Amino acid sequence: MTAHVRTLVLIWIALMALLGLTLGASFLPLGAFKPVVNVGIGFAKAALIFWFFMHLREVSGLIRLVAFAGAVGIIIMLALISSDYLTRHWLAAPL
Amino acid sequence: MSDQPAAHSPYAEPAQQREADLLGMYIFLVTEIMLFGGFLTAVYVVRVLHPEEASSAAKHLNLWLGSLNTAVLLTSSLAMALAVQLSREGKLRATSAWLCLTVVLGLVFLAIKSVEYYQEYAEGLMPLSDGMRPLSKPGEQLFFNFYLVGTGLHALHLTIGIILVSGLTRRVAHSETPLPRRAVTVEIVGLYWHLVDVVWVFIYPIFYLAR
Repeated sequence: MTAHVRTLVLIWIALMALLGLTLGASFLPLGAFKPVVNVGIGFAKAALIFWFFMHLREVSGLIRLVAFAGAVGIIIMLALISSDYLTRHWLAAPL
Repeated sequence: MSDQPAAHSPYAEPAQQREADLLGMYIFLVTEIMLFGGFLTAVYVVRVLHPEEASSAAKHLNLWLGSLNTAVLLTSSLAMALAVQLSREGKLRATSAWLCLTVVLGLVFLAIKSVEYYQEYAEGLMPLSDGMRPLSKPGEQLFFNFYLVGTGLHALHLTIGIILVSGLTRRVAHSETPLPRRAVTVEIVGLYWHLVDVVWVFIYPIFYLAR
């Protein structure tokens, strides 16, 4: 087994462990933090897949920047959407 | 046929051409990220507006088949990544064997997903199901319809991936894609396959774990 193959197998083991972790966490009484934990683990899995399986660790900065731009777009959208929907009940509607 | 690839015009050297190939594929993948990202953001809004109804609808999804399918897809990504590594080493037979396993695992995923859809139809959850309607509240139905569209769009992408990898397997086995000279072809198909996996990695917690 070459070093490259060993790395890929280790990443797969890590991904399966994260899957077990997120499944287990979904049974814990975490309340409002449950989606944060589960989606957070999803981001960790996606990061492993992008970095190792999708070769981001070996490509140039330009390609990394393009891949990262997708994530940044989503984060901006989530932040702006949340600033609306998560704050609506903070103030009562004016009469 | 030498192992050192020649660069096509307008590229000065093979490394530059490979960089351009990967960059083009990544730009396409970002458009896919925006497609699914926008969709999953809408699901997030549904969950914020109707937390109890989203949770009660999610309890109707088959958590165990969904988790099994996540494991199947993650394993298919390992097979694809191994195929890419072996294609770089010029191992023709091993590359087509791992590509073949990738296709089989993709088909297993679709088979399990079909069983789930059938169970949901039999339970009366689908929009066109007859008889009892277990999801009566608007928020529950909205969440379930988003689940159908999201997993359906993902299944469509996976089907395209299966067709691509099947074609690639045939080309590699018949030496129409010479390895390791054209290993970048395997890499680019691999990038698409892994992205479809990443999409499922988010669909899984957002729908199945919303209980």
